[in-house]
This record gives sequence, C-alpha cells and structure tokens, in this order.
Amino acid sequence: MAAHRCGLCFVFTLILSCFLARPCSCDTFEKISDNTEAEESVAGALREVNADDQNERQWQSTDVEMDRGDASKHSQSFTPAPAKDQFQEEMVIRPLHSGDIYASFQFRTLWDTDFLREGKKVSHYRLFPKSLGQVLSKFSVQELHISFTQGFWRTMQWGQPFIPSPPGAELWVWFHHTVTDVDGNWKELSNVLSGIFCASLNFIDSTNTGQPSASFKPLGLRNATDHRFLRYATLPREIVCTENLTPWKKLLPCGSKAGLAVLMKSEKLFHSSFHSQAVHIRPVCQDALCTNTAWELRQTLNVVFDLYTSGQGKKEWSLFKMFSRTLTEACPLASSSKVYVDITDNPEGELFELSPATPLLSQAVVLGDRRTYSVYDLTKAETFGQLRSLNLLLRWKGNSGDMLRPLLHAERYVAGFGLQTGEIHTVIYNNHPYRAFPVLLLDSVPWYLRLYIHTLEVTSKLRDNKPSYIHYQPSKDRQRPHLLEMLIQLPPHSMTEVTVQFERALLKWTEYTPDPNHGFYVGSSVVSALVPSVVAMDTNFTQQQPLFSSFFPVKEESSYFMRVYTEPLLVNLPTPDFSMPYNVICLTCTVVAVGYGSFYNLLTRTFQVDEPSPPLAKRLANFIRRIRGVPLLT
Amino acid sequence: MAALQLEKQRGRYAALAIAAVVIVVGIPLWWKTTETYRAWLPFSEISKLDSLQLQLSVDAEVVFSRGTLTPEQQKNVPLSTVREKEHVVDDKTGLRYTYETKYRTATIMEEDALNQPTAAEADLSLHMLTESSCGSVVVYVIPESSSLLPEDVKVYVGQRRTALLRYSPVQGLWSLKEVLSNLDPQMEQVLNTMSFSHQDIIAALSDRVRMAKVTKDSMADSMRAIKYSPGYEITFSLLNPDPKSHNLHWDIEGALHSYIQPLLNKLSPIANFSVDSQILNYAILGVNPRFDNSVSAYTLSADSLSHVINPVEARLGSNAASLNPVLNFLLYVPDAHHSPLFIRDHAKREVPSNAFHSPRWGGIMVYNVNEMYGPEAELPVDININMAKVMGVFLAQLRLLLGVQHTHPPPGFVLQSPGSAGLADWELDRLLWSRSVEKIATASNTITSLAQLLNQIGNIVINDNIAQQVSSAITSLQFAVAELEAGNLAFALQYSREAILASERAFFDPSLLHLLYFPDDQKFAIYIPLFLPMCVPIVLSLLKIVSEARKRQADKHAKND
Repeated sequence: MAAHRCGLCFVFTLILSCFLARPCSCDTFEKISDNTEAEESVAGALREVNADDQNERQWQSTDVEMDRGDASKHSQSFTPAPAKDQFQEEMVIRPLHSGDIYASFQFRTLWDTDFLREGKKVSHYRLFPKSLGQVLSKFSVQELHISFTQGFWRTMQWGQPFIPSPPGAELWVWFHHTVTDVDGNWKELSNVLSGIFCASLNFIDSTNTGQPSASFKPLGLRNATDHRFLRYATLPREIVCTENLTPWKKLLPCGSKAGLAVLMKSEKLFHSSFHSQAVHIRPVCQDALCTNTAWELRQTLNVVFDLYTSGQGKKEWSLFKMFSRTLTEACPLASSSKVYVDITDNPEGELFELSPATPLLSQAVVLGDRRTYSVYDLTKAETFGQLRSLNLLLRWKGNSGDMLRPLLHAERYVAGFGLQTGEIHTVIYNNHPYRAFPVLLLDSVPWYLRLYIHTLEVTSKLRDNKPSYIHYQPSKDRQRPHLLEMLIQLPPHSMTEVTVQFERALLKWTEYTPDPNHGFYVGSSVVSALVPSVVAMDTNFTQQQPLFSSFFPVKEESSYFMRVYTEPLLVNLPTPDFSMPYNVICLTCTVVAVGYGSFYNLLTRTFQVDEPSPPLAKRLANFIRRIRGVPLLT
Repeated sequence: MAALQLEKQRGRYAALAIAAVVIVVGIPLWWKTTETYRAWLPFSEISKLDSLQLQLSVDAEVVFSRGTLTPEQQKNVPLSTVREKEHVVDDKTGLRYTYETKYRTATIMEEDALNQPTAAEADLSLHMLTESSCGSVVVYVIPESSSLLPEDVKVYVGQRRTALLRYSPVQGLWSLKEVLSNLDPQMEQVLNTMSFSHQDIIAALSDRVRMAKVTKDSMADSMRAIKYSPGYEITFSLLNPDPKSHNLHWDIEGALHSYIQPLLNKLSPIANFSVDSQILNYAILGVNPRFDNSVSAYTLSADSLSHVINPVEARLGSNAASLNPVLNFLLYVPDAHHSPLFIRDHAKREVPSNAFHSPRWGGIMVYNVNEMYGPEAELPVDININMAKVMGVFLAQLRLLLGVQHTHPPPGFVLQSPGSAGLADWELDRLLWSRSVEKIATASNTITSLAQLLNQIGNIVINDNIAQQVSSAITSLQFAVAELEAGNLAFALQYSREAILASERAFFDPSLLHLLYFPDDQKFAIYIPLFLPMCVPIVLSLLKIVSEARKRQADKHAKND
C-alpha cells in the first residue's frame, strides 16, 4: 500500500524531473541547429563572400579590346529576311441576353518550326515564349491544352462560350509517339507547368489523371491517335487569381505593354462573374498543301462582366467601364489586331447603340450560328479617331429579346443522404426540336467515391437508353480514378439522365485535405458532341435572301463540334475527429497502466495485520498535548 | 513474524522478477522497434579527408635548340630534375607543388619549326610535331640571336602548351649546372603563367580556407566565376524596349556558331553547355538614364547599374526544363528617346565596350542604333545588329564568368591571343588546375560536413543509397588526389567531377531533408502516459529493495561489531 501511495507523489517528482531534463534535450537540439547552420555557412561560404562582394563590386564594366568594330557598315543596305513567326491578337465582345458582357481575347503566335524534329534543337526564340518552347521539346509534347477558370459558365443564361473550360484547372496533353515513359514525362511536365503558371498543378498525380479513349482527340496535326499518349487531369479546387494571370501575360510578345493586353488589369478581370484563361499549343499546317508543320500557340482569356448589377441598373457598358483602360495602339509585333463586337441581334440599331460606329462588318458562322460583327482594326490609325484612343461604348435602348435555348446543355448533382452511399445524376438536355444526335460523356471520379457500375442507368423520356459505346476503367485505391466514357444518343427535345450509385470510402487520416469538412471536389464531367447547326435549323424564311438558296433548310456546315462542362461536385466524406490518434494513445495507455498497476500491486503487495489507528479526536488531543508538553494519551 | 517475513520476501522477488522482465525483454524490444536504419559510413576515411594534403605535379620539358648550348654542355644534359615547393595553408590543408623538368636537345624537325619567320608560325608547326598532354608544358630555349622574338621580349607563350624562351648567356664559360640554374627563375615564371600560380590554387581552395591571404585580384576572379555545376545554360537575350521604332534583327545562330561554339567545344571537358536565345520586347531597364549635356548622350553611372537588372530579370524566365545555373547575356538596344546611351565606370569615364557584367549572373551590353537611321526614317526602322561587335564583348564576359582567369604576365612576356578558338590550350590547363583543386576541396568539404551532420542527429535515417554515394565520392576523391599527384590533369578533373556529383547527391538527398524524426519532447509526450505509470512502481520497489538490503547490511555490521 505504501508503495502505491508513494508512487503517486513520485509521479509528480518524475514529471518535474522530466521538465528539468527537458532543457538538456533542448540543448542538444540547439546544437543540431547550430551544426546545420555551420553546414550552410560552409556550403554557402562563397556565396556569403559574394554578398560582401555585391556591395563592393557587383557590377563591373567589361574591358574588351574593340578590335572587331566596324559598326555601321552592315546596316545601310539591309533588307530583313521574312520572319518565320507571326503574331495575331483579337478581342470579341458579345453583349449577353442577361445584360452581362462577354469579352473574349485570343492571341495567336504561329511559328514555322518543328519542336519535335530529331537532332535539331530549337533554341532561338523570337515571338514564341522560350519557357514554353523548352518545355515542348524537353517533354516531347505533341499538343498541350491548359486552362484556369474561376467561376462557372452558365450555359442557360449566357449561351455557348467560344472556348469552353471547366471550373478550376484543366490540363490535357498529347505526347509524341516516341515517348517511352509517358507517366514520368507527364509528372515532370505538370510540375514544370505548375512553376511556369504559379498554379498547384503539382497536385496532379496518378489519382486524378485519366486517359480518355474518345473525348479528347488531338486538335492539331497528328497521325496516330493512340490514347496511350494522352493524359487528362482536372483540379476543380484550384483557385485562379492574379498570380496566374501575370505569368500568362508574360508569355505574350508585347506583354501587357501594348495592344489588347493593356486591358488586362487584374483588379477588373477578377471582379467578374467568370474568368477563364487558357493556353493551347498544337502543330498546324504551314500552308494549304500541308507539307511542313508550324506550331501554334493560342492564348485565350474569357471574361464575363456583370455590369448590370454593378452599374446601378443602367444597361450600358464601355471599354473603360469594363477594364478601366482604353485602347490606344495595336501591339507593333502583331500582324493583325482587331476588336469584334457582336451586333447580330441589332441589325437595325433598335436594340442598342454602339459608338464609335464602324463601317467594317464581318460575318462568321460561330458555333453553328451566323453572326454579324462590327470590326475595329487597331492597326489602322483612323480607328482611334482624333482622341487617339478607342473607347467602345454600347447603350441599350430596349429590352433584349429572349435567348434561344442552347441546343445542348448538361448539369450534374449528387443525390442521396447519409455518409455511406450516394448517387451521381448527370442530366443532359437536347433542345433541338427535331434532331437526335449522339454525345460522348466523360466522367472521371476519384477513387474514394466507389462507383457501383452495375447501377449505371441511362434514361431518356422515361425509357431506358442503352449507350452504344461504354469505356470504363475501374479505379484502384490510391492509384487511379474511375474513368467512364459513354456514347449516348440523345432523342430530339429530350432530357437524358445518367445515374450511378457510389459508396464513400474511408480515407487514411493523412489523406484528408486541410479542411475536410468542406468536402471533396469531383471534377466536371465533359459532354462532347457534334451538334446540328442552328443555321440548319433556321426555318424563318422571312429574311431577304436569294430564293435559290432557301429551299432546303440545311445550309453551310450542318453540324459543329461542341464541348460542355458540367458543374464540379462537392461531396462530403465521412470525416473523423483528427485529435483522435492522440486520444486513443492516451486512453489505451491509461487503461494499460491501470491494469498493469493493479496487477503489479497484487503481485508485490505484502499482507500484514495493521494496528488500528487511534480515532481522530484522540489524535487531535494528542497533538495539542504535545504542543503543551503534557504526557500523551494512550 | 516468519510468515510476514516470507510474505515480504515473496513480494520482493515478484518486484525483482517484473523488473527483470522489463529490462531483459521490454527495453530491447522497445529499442529494436523504434530504431532507425542507419547504413554504415566510412567515418575513418572521412576524417582523413578532413585534413587535405594536395600534391600537384607538373611535367615540364625544356628543349634546347641549336646555338644555346655548347657541344660540351650538350653531352652532359641531365635527364630530369625535380623541384618541390611546400606550402602550409592552414592546420588542415597543405599544398605541395612538384615540378618535374625534363631536358633534351631539339630534334631536327623541331629545329626546322623554330626556323619559321614568326613566333606564331613556329608555335603552330611545333604543335603539329608533338601532341602535348593536358597539363604539361614545353619550353623551347632559343638562342639570343634568334629573330623569332622582338628585341625586348624574353618569353613568348603560344596558343598551345608551348613557350619560347630566349636564352641570354651570361659572360664567362659557365658549367651546365650554372646554365640550368640560371634558367630556373624564368622557368618558374613560365610555369606560373602557363599552369598555375600559388594564388590561383589558394583562391580555388577558398571553400575550405577562409582567410585574407588571397590577393584581391585572384579572389575577384574566383568569385566572379560561376560555381561548378555539371552543366550550364547560356541564354542570349535581345532586349528591345521600343519595338515601335526599332525592328531589330540579329543573326544569333550564325554568330553563336562562329564565336561562342568553338570556346564551348574547347571547354566541353569541364561541363555541358546548352545555348539558347530569345528576343524580349518592351523590356526596360530599372533606372532612368541621365542626360549628360557635355556629351549630349544619356549615361548610366556604375552606381546605378545594380538597379538595372531587376525588372528585366523578371522577364528573362528561368529555364523550365533544366536545373543547371543560367548565364544571361543581354543585348540592350535603347529606345529612340533615350539614345545614345553610354555606361560610365566608377571613375566617370566612358566604358569603351559599353558593357558590364555581374559576377555569376551574366553580362549586359548596350548597343546604340541611333546613328543608323536619320530623323526622317519611317518607323519602325529595320536594323541589323553587327554580331561581330556584340559577340566580341559577350565572349570576353563569358570567359570571365567561366573562370578563365586574367593572366598578368611578368615583364618581358608576350602572350599570343587565343584566336578563333577563344581559349588557348594553356589557359584551359590553368582553368583545369584550379577547377580540379576547387572541386576536390568542395567535395571533401561536403562529405565531412555531411558526416558531421549525420553524427550529430542521431535519429536521422541513412539509407543505403546515401552510404553508397558517400563511399563512391570518397573513392573518387582519393583517385583525384592521386591523379593530381601523378600529374594526370585530365583524369584528376574527371575524378573530382565524379566526387563532387556524388557528394552533392548524398548531401541533398531528399531522404535526409525529410523531417523523418520527431523532436524529443514530442516523443516523450507520447511515451509518458504509458511509461510513467509502468515504470514508477518498478523503480520505487527496486529502490525500496535496495534500501532494505542496505539496512540489513548495516544491521549485520552493527551486530558483528
């Protein structure tokens, strides 16, 4: 018993001594850090000296005997060789029916060279950015598409974007067919790109990389389309901001110093409903005969400004209002520099008024629809007028009519309750009144949502709609995601629903993100389709046009390619209490210690007859007696 | 009472048994399960590396041409002599230089070569005759009357590894020994110029030795030179801040081929070089140049040069595809409103090359184009850049940054300019000597500090691959030192390169950087809930048993007394 009682007070002394011992351990720790410091100072000794040196003599003039100087001899009779690269810039402004403004920038650099030619390294850059060129040749990239998007494109309100992109970051790359270690290249490439664009692309690994078999075909020249050389990944969580825009702007030959790029002030661009910037690189034909390849770098930036709510209810906009800048010049390196304003809905000027007016009009079939644009050519001095600056101004007069519903539209949501199972619903709409068309649906779901593929159901108009092609790659835990690709025929004017059930997996405690209760993102699914053209659908023959052109309703391109991204999903996973491991340790230790303690006590205790101790009153009396010096009671 | 005693004895035995189980089974088990893997490192050899004794051997050959020695002397020419010099740099580093000089008379073909009209031609034809090995020096002693060298020139150093030395006999018939010892001081000067001087080697050791013994010049040389790396990226950038008025064209491909590539080919034993170029438009300098009325031009003073780079550097872009250090060479064409632009040095004089360089970073050259077109010219003006002028400057800067040292020849010496190769053979040798020594010093330093670090942090994991890298670094280092001793410069360089690569790989291995170990206080926080309640009773009962045993002993003593 005594041992046990003393044990308690020794616990405290031991703890105390433990605390006393701690400074000692700290001491060793300091020594360690001292040592590493010494390490660094040894390793960086010269650098340090160099720092001293920097104050003194960082910049030294170079002494060279100038014996080779015959300077101005060459310059007089000089005609430059035709440049092998060219640069174009372009902006399209589309007033949306919702009252928002859609501005889309495109910058294109074309270079007549081949990065992948054997034996000849491309190393002398003019307009093409060096950093991207080096990446292309080092990793043997055939085609590269990367996009960063903040916000979600609302197809139902805004119609179709020129270049669609999912929320967050998306990267897909076709590697050259000579690459042997595609996964290694992909890993390294995503890390390098993450450095170039200041983005978290380094989070791309095998668990979110897929190889779609049909949805992402190469957009440029290519002989083989073996999808072993394709890698596709999205990071729906990626947040896009200024730090991604700055390196993107740096890739432009004129930077943000001249041309259309002066409009890109980040405080305005990111104060918008939708922002998407992208880089697309692909080989294209040099000429009509296509004997040689050229490389095309296309940088695009799409913004939707919500000027209706921020403009005190007035429906008008100007370049200055949107970008807090006006245009004053074209980029001197650009071979063409144009601004287009979509005036299709306003042929007679009854809907809005655009100033300054331009005589230049251009017609183009965009996304299956014939559109009319006012064109402002920035390479011409008269565009800028007397003020030497171009500030486009658009004032709405009446209410804009109803928008034609987009022909193809998709949305997605998670259904179900509880934290064990759930169901992913993908709904695809075909709004075409009389034509059915097939779509390719691509779904890449992380492994921690375990899809029950036998529950996959595709229904349109309440009837089972069997996909004509299914490519499914099951997931492997912590290694690769589910990849589901289907070719579905959409009946005319219908809603097709794809549902699949899943089970939520339990993660290891280190696999949770820093804020696991926020939920886990599942990337957008991709719907790719050849959509019948609106032009073809047009049965309105009241417009003035030659009679011979209007008998059969099908005209021009009868269909066009379109890609629609759905919303990303946010799914809650069962989340533990993260202080649990330590609690468990403490609890188990206590239980073990208590069990052990009583066991030990039982084994080592000695049993003896103890004399009963005197009652309290007697002890008290004895205590007082002792003080008084009187003999004690017995 | 006896029963009680028995009971107590039983308790004591139980406590002892439990303590024994804990000590015999528990502690080893705990020790084994929490052990970290530490591969064996050759600590004894590492500590040997800590004190570095370098011996550098130079093979020199002295060839006497006709007319320098009397036939009597020629017969007695010794085969070779060895001269040694020893320096103690600090208590851990020592240097010994061995100059092995071989003597012979010139062959007939060499005599023919020496009869060429000029020194340069003689140098070339001598080079055709023999292939000298890397690091060796051949000195031809020519008679005083020879017309190869101008009057006041005593020594001529050629483009290869040969030198011509004019022999000036002192009056009186001296013995051969005296002739040779008369040559010695000149030989020493030649060797200092063509292979290495003590100052160079000390500067190369600056990683190990931190002291002010080094002269400012060689220190500046060694600091200007970029640190060793297995490869370098060289980037030429044309900065055009004003593309509206200047449309610049440069034939960089051709210029690199004819000016830079020969030098890089020559330097290929040292490192791999990759060269690229780019044009940056709207790239501006960080400072506004001041207009100087006296010369009606804009000027940049030397003090403001350090501010020039920052805005440009942001656009240069690092090489995304490799980790090698980058050397930047910028050609800046000032915009129409700020030209001409001149650079002034600290003494406020105009720099004739209009260029400057920054240690370990690169160089900038300002190229004025305002004279190439008149005021009535239509903008933008097409301008072709004279690459010969530009590359001359960049080549000089590149030599400096790569560590090809400025040699200050003693009076009476003439150095042949390196010509189209950009680098003479003996300059390359100089570079190789100091680079090998530098690499050996750095690698040995890295290895010793790694060993120290691993010794101090007890629970860091040492994987097998690190141990392997360390031992391969050590063997390469030992080979490198041995090869230097034997005078095989090329091999020494190769081994020292392997050593530095292996040592850096070991030092920067990610498994060592990982925080694979916890601080001690956290470890105790985990252990305490279990260990404390378990150990306290055991310790207490052991203490009690011990004190009781002592008491009994004391009682026994008392009884005996």
